Amino acid sequence: MAKLSVLRNSVRVIKQLSEIKSKILSLLNLYQTYKMQKENLPVRVISPQRGFFSFPLKEVLEYKDLLFLFVRRDFVALYKQTILGPLWFFIQPVLTTIIFTIIFGRVAQISTDGLPDVLFYLAGVTAWNYFSGCWNETSDIFRKNKDIFGKVYFPRVIMPLSIIITNLFRFGIQFLLFLGVFFYFYFSGHEIQPNWAVVFLPVLILMMAMFSLALGMLISALTVKYRDLVFLIQFGIQLFMYATPVVYPLSIVSPERQWILVLNPMTSIIETFRFAFLGSGTFHYVHLLYSFASILIIFVLGLLVFNRTEKSFMDIV
Amino acid sequence: MSEFALEIKNVSKLYKLGVISTGTLSHDLNRWWHRVRGLDDPYERIAEANIQDSKGESGYIWALKDVSFNVPHGTALGIIGKNGAGKSTLLKILSRVTSLTKGEIRINGRIASLLEVGTGFHPELTGRENIFLNGAILGMKKNEIHSKLDEIIAFSGVEKYVDTPVKRYSSGMRVRLAFAVAAHLEPEILVVDEVLAVGDVEFQKKAIGKMQDVSRNQGRTVLFVSHNMAAVKNLCEKGVIMKNGFASEIFSSDTAIQKYLEEQESLGLHNNFSLKDSDFANYTAFITEGKIFGKNDNSIICGDEMNIHIKYKNNDPTAYADLHVGLYDAFGTKISHLAASFTTGSVIKLRAEGNIMCSIPRLPLIPGRYSINLSLHYRGKPYHRVLDAFFFIVEEGDFFNSGRMPGHNQGKFLIDADWQFL
Repeated sequence: MAKLSVLRNSVRVIKQLSEIKSKILSLLNLYQTYKMQKENLPVRVISPQRGFFSFPLKEVLEYKDLLFLFVRRDFVALYKQTILGPLWFFIQPVLTTIIFTIIFGRVAQISTDGLPDVLFYLAGVTAWNYFSGCWNETSDIFRKNKDIFGKVYFPRVIMPLSIIITNLFRFGIQFLLFLGVFFYFYFSGHEIQPNWAVVFLPVLILMMAMFSLALGMLISALTVKYRDLVFLIQFGIQLFMYATPVVYPLSIVSPERQWILVLNPMTSIIETFRFAFLGSGTFHYVHLLYSFASILIIFVLGLLVFNRTEKSFMDIV
Repeated sequence: MSEFALEIKNVSKLYKLGVISTGTLSHDLNRWWHRVRGLDDPYERIAEANIQDSKGESGYIWALKDVSFNVPHGTALGIIGKNGAGKSTLLKILSRVTSLTKGEIRINGRIASLLEVGTGFHPELTGRENIFLNGAILGMKKNEIHSKLDEIIAFSGVEKYVDTPVKRYSSGMRVRLAFAVAAHLEPEILVVDEVLAVGDVEFQKKAIGKMQDVSRNQGRTVLFVSHNMAAVKNLCEKGVIMKNGFASEIFSSDTAIQKYLEEQESLGLHNNFSLKDSDFANYTAFITEGKIFGKNDNSIICGDEMNIHIKYKNNDPTAYADLHVGLYDAFGTKISHLAASFTTGSVIKLRAEGNIMCSIPRLPLIPGRYSINLSLHYRGKPYHRVLDAFFFIVEEGDFFNSGRMPGHNQGKFLIDADWQFL
């Protein structure tokens, strides 16, 4: 009997020893990883685990040169072999504004809160264009870039980010146009009251960027599998514009029903934009805060879906 | 530093076969529901090994199954195997283009693959601008590219055109520029698929030279994927065989090639096959039977007649198709490619059931072992492919009608010629 217990004990000791050994080995492994990183040899582990809400910030920073090269590429390549070149940045909002002025201002005679028609529509169009441009372009990234994505890895988020930044430049240029028209009306004695809310401009831009990025990521990820959304997006953006006070002010809706429109996060963004520069429109902290919160939620959701798609999309597209 | 450049541990990859349709959503939901409850993916269990001759029941397949091997630093490793054995899938996982289902890979060092030659070239940008863009896509920093710019341009051999938009380049120039960028990435691990087939001969030499230089002189690790045994033998000191999603251990490349060829051999010759109709229920058109034979149903003899006889079935009365025949030698090198349309200039109007007969009057192949892949397709859209449809032997014959033949290892095929002596 004594012999047996000795045997049992030694078996236990051996078991413990082997456990310790495996622990030491895994520690060694860790240490090696650490040392490699110190020696600047990247160690990369590929495994099926996926970060749920992770935003690959470190990787994006690693690839920041690529981000800016994409932005540059989009700029340089966009108007090559066109006669009017960068003038197209102006032509599009000018024509849209003229058409809106004729149809909604003159024919339909929709109120513009007492503002000059041109200025009212141009303000709406400038802000809306940034949002819709970003949304439209980011919606198709997986399908459009499947050749690149199918061959080489870089953080996929670089692609939509570059679109957001490219469009930011376009927005900047169109914003200058808006400022020009704005000053013309301002100095020719129209009743325009720009005010302190102008400080919200960067926040508004950030919100639009995040919102369009989120919607774009969501839709691009879903179109990989379910192509139905491709058909939807074409007129979806158009419909969404009419659900946003771009061609009409929020004030033409009766106060009891305004909340329906305010549910749309874009409503308070456009209204605040107009309020800040033109002095008319509805401005509410609560509305803005609601927009911000809802955009944040959609953004996290978009990131989640996007992250999951980027791992598997090559098997599906 | 870890002694291995690559540590691949139990890597598996699950693929869904067939089209993505409305059924997909319910599978996705089912999967999600299992995951929420902390259960295993229900489709992993029913998935089958990656065997091509039999069509699975479940619609799920393991493209890779428990693949494990470690690659020491500075090794040139050849990965050999048939089409669809999982070689490319493994490479895709390594370059993080697609994800793995199970397992883990540790990569010690920077990895770059020549799969991605020319990726992201923008036709409107100049060569120089594209060097930067492509370099950045491959993971280089801007100042890194700056410091190597002259070298890259010189290597590519397109100095004169670097400030011309890439859309004006010939395809060869584009490939050269792209390869020049990739070659200067200086990764610790270089992954090469058989893209080296592109470009002109001079450039191929340059590319292979670069690969040898990278592995032998700079002590970097190279993974070379090919089903061309001759190339593997030439470039690699080690080899791994992949088959049906499984990987062998690491052998010396000679041993690996020998084992691979032996296995091919042991599959035996087959000069005919017939497939079950029921396996192709949702195919538009498919091959049901095939036969390869010499004159009067005899064996196949060099310089004599060879016949390929295919039976097909077709469910679409309006369908057209072309039959392509890929001819491979024992080393897996493609020797020739026949197609009905090459000879006749037109495609075949398919009947509900029909025969395609192809006859080669004077077979110019030197005696030896060959295999054939068949593909029934229309305008690049495959209806049905039969890989390794035939393994056959070409026997000694009298091609020239003179009783004389070139000796062994003197080329791959024979050419008839008229001679004049004046």
